[in-house]
Amino acid sequence: MKHRIAQFSYRYGALIFIGLVLVFFSVYNQHFFTYNNITDILRSISIVTFVAIGITISLTVDGFDLSAGSTVSLTTVVVAAMMVWYEMPLILVLIVPIMIGALVGLLNSLLIVKIRIPDLLATLAVMYIVSGIHRTYTKGYSIYNNMQFQDGTKAPGVMLDSFLWIGQGRLLGIPFPVILMLVAIVAMHLFFKYTRGGRQMIMTGSNEEAARLSGLRVNRIRTLAYVASGIFAAIGGILFAARVGSGQIDAGSSMQMDALAAVFVGYSVFGAGRPNIIGTFFGAVLMGVLVNGMTMLHVEYYTTDIIKGAVLVLALAVTFIHRKRQKV
Amino acid sequence: MTTPTASAGGHLHMKEIYKSFAGVPALQEVDFSLHGGEIHALLGANGAGKSTLMKILSGAYTADRGSITIDGQPVQLNSPAAAKQAGIQCVYQEVDTSLIPQLSVAENILLHQLTTSKGSPILNWKSLYREAEDILNTLGFAISARRQVSELSLAEKQLVLIARVMAEKARFVILDEPTAPLSMEEAERLFGIMQGLKSQGIGVIFISHRLPEIFRVCDRITVMRDGRRVSTVSVEDTNPGEVVHNMLGRAFEEEYPKVFTEIGEPLLTVRQLAAGRHVQDVSLDVCRGEIVAVVGLVGAGKTELSKLLFGAEQPERGTVELNGHPVRARNPHQAIRSGIVLVPEERRKEGILVKESVLHNLSLPLLQSITSLGIISGRAERRHGEGLITSLGIKTSSGQQLTGYLSGGNQQKVAIGKWMETDADLFILDEPTKGVDIGAKRDIFKVIGNLAQQGKGILYLTCEFDEALGLADRILVMCDGRITRSFAYGEASQQDLLYHASAGREELV
Repeated sequence: MKHRIAQFSYRYGALIFIGLVLVFFSVYNQHFFTYNNITDILRSISIVTFVAIGITISLTVDGFDLSAGSTVSLTTVVVAAMMVWYEMPLILVLIVPIMIGALVGLLNSLLIVKIRIPDLLATLAVMYIVSGIHRTYTKGYSIYNNMQFQDGTKAPGVMLDSFLWIGQGRLLGIPFPVILMLVAIVAMHLFFKYTRGGRQMIMTGSNEEAARLSGLRVNRIRTLAYVASGIFAAIGGILFAARVGSGQIDAGSSMQMDALAAVFVGYSVFGAGRPNIIGTFFGAVLMGVLVNGMTMLHVEYYTTDIIKGAVLVLALAVTFIHRKRQKV
Repeated sequence: MTTPTASAGGHLHMKEIYKSFAGVPALQEVDFSLHGGEIHALLGANGAGKSTLMKILSGAYTADRGSITIDGQPVQLNSPAAAKQAGIQCVYQEVDTSLIPQLSVAENILLHQLTTSKGSPILNWKSLYREAEDILNTLGFAISARRQVSELSLAEKQLVLIARVMAEKARFVILDEPTAPLSMEEAERLFGIMQGLKSQGIGVIFISHRLPEIFRVCDRITVMRDGRRVSTVSVEDTNPGEVVHNMLGRAFEEEYPKVFTEIGEPLLTVRQLAAGRHVQDVSLDVCRGEIVAVVGLVGAGKTELSKLLFGAEQPERGTVELNGHPVRARNPHQAIRSGIVLVPEERRKEGILVKESVLHNLSLPLLQSITSLGIISGRAERRHGEGLITSLGIKTSSGQQLTGYLSGGNQQKVAIGKWMETDADLFILDEPTKGVDIGAKRDIFKVIGNLAQQGKGILYLTCEFDEALGLADRILVMCDGRITRSFAYGEASQQDLLYHASAGREELV
């Protein structure tokens, strides 16, 4: 019986906790559980969720990606610069940042897979490089419509309306970034559940040597995982620029940690005990709900970090206590 | 050095030691004694109970029944610390697990001093080095106390551990297969050191598989088999033949109903394959329908050979041909495509993915064929997996069960089963019966026989001689990286195999 309860709380504890948090905020603030507020929460987490999906992929192959946040920063300013400085067409504005994300992923995998630098350290170094590039490129200034350069001239372009719609528009009353996020969640979940590529990534992360000796080309699989991680971070960067309508400097630095937290909270969802897309989504939702709800209750902004940290500790504790018990 | 009497040293006596694991007895009423100033060999085949006995003596396990006395006083060895307190020290085969590579030789030798909370909290480097050098000099080791341990060779690391044992004032020392990784010269030096320990009145327990060296350096020999002590005799009163006979006991042959299949055309041709010390100029052939066993002791190079053939490691030179075509596998993926598959020795680390389900393990090498447009057909995967679960008799609650929860034998069936429906021509099996119960063993033998009947070639690497004798059409003996002898079915006895595998030097027996 005791075992049964432990098992149940391990599997559904995270979801029950999210439910309790929702109930709590709904009771204490009548404006919390409204359509507008819920879509607001979802829109606020959509960008972080994209970054978190990327990190989930890198963790699935037993890797790590610390460079995702800086990739968001770089792609955000590149997107803005392409429109404001160079007046490029929309299609290029979308393709180039994705290529940049893929390149960062390739650089990561070159260091990790070929040179065999431990993933945490390699992506830490790449994080510095990429974030340095983005600051150098903008000389430390944010990029906005017709911005004034230091020599007194003005930038020729503005952020395209069609581009801004990606971050600000609605489709059937639902914010477009939310739709994109849900599509990505479903697609990546199906990818890991039903496709060969997804299965190979899971198996590689589960035991790289056994996977290699079963004939998987683990180096290629890990490379693809890092490239995918970079691309998802780049999408996050595009969404961010479209949402705020400018190229903010250091846009991604806080996202790295928020995304990581969402992924690790996700370990405890359904008792997965490993990185998984659905868990990542719920992790992001929980974090978004906490921030939103506490803001409504006028909790001081910085205090929310303490709560977020505590929730992360709780989720990790559940996951790792369980893992220690049932050593396979 | 004949009759070991209690000279300077003491008496260690283990009496009627009984130990069981999960109800299965591992040791039954084992007596063992050791005197100071004696080198006592402990011998036995795999699973005979030597290491369990030694772990009890070194405090890693606690006996269920039985007593241990030192100098007539009963002692409780409930922890490694208690055993050390009683003067019992063990030098394990995996030296790297006991050393801290970033520290100097002196720090490693005197580790116990550095880690106690007694004494001065400030390190006196000068006296530390002096003390370590004193110990090294007494033992006659030419290693600088200031060198970092990570730079040392394997043999030198062993010496550091022996020096540590001296520093901790050991009275009884267990050397667990110390010569296995050593070259001839290094082993010679070790024997000298053992004689030194002996002359200081220290009792040494020496575990080794190599009979010639045992007869050279030891005073007494205890042989164990199936958890019991078979004999304890002094070396003058016995001979290698008798020891081998005691180790093996009864004959096992009747347990292997050998299926004779027609041997087909040549399948695998290996010439002059070499990599490092473990594989030296190995040449061998396997034909279709043929089971070729490569036997050898632990450390003979069998696993390394299998990894080379499977592309998991790269040879320095030599050629491999399969079906007359040269195979140059740079990784396992390419080896599998050319028709070579491997069931590796380290089952839980390399053979299966313990955290994944049985179905997912079984389908792993076949993902390509059950996928269309990148999407895995769940139905095909279940049909394939459940078919194998039935045909191989894998005992699992369902295909969704995590493979790590299966018994060793059933895990091994998964590790073999995943290759069954690939188009592989050559199956390499590395110690496939390690940690496998008798029932599953028989199933595995049957599977191997079936594969041979289908015209596959089998390369069976094992240190279980009786299995090779019972199963193989041809037996190759591997020793220190070389194939030293070849026997046809029925040509060799276990004695022959053990003799050639444990050094293979005719003049020594």
